[in-house]
Amino acid sequence: MEISTTKQFDLHRRMVRIRLFEEAAGRLAEANRLPGFLHLYVGEEAVASGVCGALNDDDHITSTHRGHGHLVAKGGDFNRMMAELMGKATGYCKGKGGSMHISDTSLGMLGANGIVGAGSPIAVGAAFANRYRGRGQVAVAFFGDGSTNIGAFHEAANMACALHLPIVFACENNEYGEFTPRHKTMAITDIVDRAAGYGMPGVIVDGMDVIAVHEAAVEAVERARQGGGPSLIEAKTYRYYNHHGIQNLGLKYRPDEEVAAWKQRDPIFTFEDRMIENGVATREKVDEIWAELRQDIETAIQFADDSPYPTPDQIMVDVYTKSSTSDTTVGTKS
Amino acid sequence: MSDERKLSYGQAFNEAVSQMMEADPDVFCAGEDIGAFGGVFGTFLGLQAKFGEHRVVDTPISEQAIVGLGVGASVTGLRPIVDLMFMDFICVALDQIVNQAAKLKYMFGGEASLPMTITTAGGGGLSAAAQHSQSLEALLCHIPGLKVVMPSNPYDMKGLMISCIKDNNPTVMIKHKRLLGMSAVVPTEAYEIPLGKGNILRPGTDVTIVAYARMANEALIAAAELAKEGIECEIIDPRTLQPLDTDLIVDSAKKTNRVVVVHEAVRFGGLGGEIASQIQELAFDYLDAPVTRIGAPFSPVPFSPALEQHYIPDAKTILAGVREIMQRNVIRG
Ligand SMILES: Cc1ncc(C[n+]2csc(CCOP(=O)(O)OP(=O)(O)O)c2C)c(N)n1
Ligand SMILES: [Mg+2]
Repeated sequence: MEISTTKQFDLHRRMVRIRLFEEAAGRLAEANRLPGFLHLYVGEEAVASGVCGALNDDDHITSTHRGHGHLVAKGGDFNRMMAELMGKATGYCKGKGGSMHISDTSLGMLGANGIVGAGSPIAVGAAFANRYRGRGQVAVAFFGDGSTNIGAFHEAANMACALHLPIVFACENNEYGEFTPRHKTMAITDIVDRAAGYGMPGVIVDGMDVIAVHEAAVEAVERARQGGGPSLIEAKTYRYYNHHGIQNLGLKYRPDEEVAAWKQRDPIFTFEDRMIENGVATREKVDEIWAELRQDIETAIQFADDSPYPTPDQIMVDVYTKSSTSDTTVGTKS
Repeated sequence: MSDERKLSYGQAFNEAVSQMMEADPDVFCAGEDIGAFGGVFGTFLGLQAKFGEHRVVDTPISEQAIVGLGVGASVTGLRPIVDLMFMDFICVALDQIVNQAAKLKYMFGGEASLPMTITTAGGGGLSAAAQHSQSLEALLCHIPGLKVVMPSNPYDMKGLMISCIKDNNPTVMIKHKRLLGMSAVVPTEAYEIPLGKGNILRPGTDVTIVAYARMANEALIAAAELAKEGIECEIIDPRTLQPLDTDLIVDSAKKTNRVVVVHEAVRFGGLGGEIASQIQELAFDYLDAPVTRIGAPFSPVPFSPALEQHYIPDAKTILAGVREIMQRNVIRG
């Protein structure tokens, strides 16, 4: 598959945006400036970028607790993202969702999710609606290796295949669920083995190689769009930081050498080397991109800092949707 | 000296589990990240090292199967402790909890018993947002066949946890996340606090505050403040919510003639409604004012600290509630 220069820069840009956003969020969390939980996507950038780079703006994705990367890759706005992480009124969820529920329905991003496995059935629903409307949109469910141990994943995979829906299951296999290694929680090595049980094709790709991910995604997305039904992509990848936040909590659950070995294969730096080697990019051009996007991050932090917190009268707002202008059944203040 | 020993709420839980595992080889634990890692809140720390991987089991992320494991293992003779990391995740396992664990004995005509304990962590105050902060105890208390426990301090934690493990029924032990670090003197030996027995946390004469888990501690703060104004609060901590120590609550209501019920869960449909009903049925003639219910507003738990701090009731909310109920009485004179 020939990946155009424009596309290569596009994929690169998505990855760098994720990296910068996540590194900034990590620094802010360390400085105690972000409330709540923070699950960083650093190390896994090629997966969200490679897949979302194969999607149209009106395609849908569902995400996980590790969701910032998916939103950034789908075109998320730094300012509103950063404001949400800080719990500000100008954030994507007006401060009501935070990191774990960050979403932009206008970009087809149907939410990060605090419940492991919960995104996949929702993606099935989006895929159903997409086919129902007949506008050729597809849905992608992003999910972790650990989430394939929960019933919701299996019900979603089976239903998607039974109904032959336009959906792609995109697994980020980073070999851990929280602090427990994958091999302790399943008797198979490759998540892709599960695909056959539901009757869909599945492929393993190097999740540190954005081109490999992208090529697999283009094929799966096209299959879905053409009415060929679901597929599963297993991207072998790694999260650099702890399950939650940046610091190790003092307990070694994975060897330092393992982390170092994965970092050697960094999805962004290896791709930049390749682009330069192939004459697609120059070091200067790459540096320019980083500098430009760094500026965007600084702007976003400033925007979030300057934004107001939501006021207490907002607590009862948006629990329900009004069904008409005269609808008074939107909840009780009891 | 050993009487002076202090433990945190989390450590008290850990010690209860450890002592029961020592005492009874049929007791085992299973849950996500509880083994090598000791649980995300550290409440299972050291147990796998002490009792081995066959008795402290790291499970897949499979809440339904985790509770099912407890159901199947208990009905066949073991005494499982199964952990659901956050209380919100009971929703993922609700069939096993509500339709299986709670009902097998009854449906089998009594020919089964399920000595299992489900442990979990509830409550807000950590900016953990709407899917990691809930107080869903009312949902569980509504299910015949379950027992539900929510301790407010380390001493009660240890005694109640031991009782849960020894109990021959499915029990749910709800740890409050914000109390995990609370420290107090806890006896070293194993002891039981009977399920269904409440506690008078603070005796008083003017008004009864019924509060449990973290809210019991907030009520203590409010009571200290109110005492300065000459209002003596009696604080009843039911400790076990199902079965509920109605006698203790009603006796106190008859004595003080005024009751404020507090919980962190949303007010509508919360346990406060049940407690208020029991009081009006059993002590109507003694009441000087309607029972006040304090709880969270009817919305999901918001993420932003700017909202959550106003969402969860605290000592200030309780102070206001008590002042109001006292005043109402004066007006009605
Ligand atoms: C139903 C449910 N169970 C448990 C959790 C706690 N939890 C959050 S993330 C996580 C690990 C998920 O692992 P995986 O799916 O591999 O994603 P990763 O974190 O590795 O990206 C767990 C157990 C949860 N949020 N929801
Ligand atoms: Mg994982």
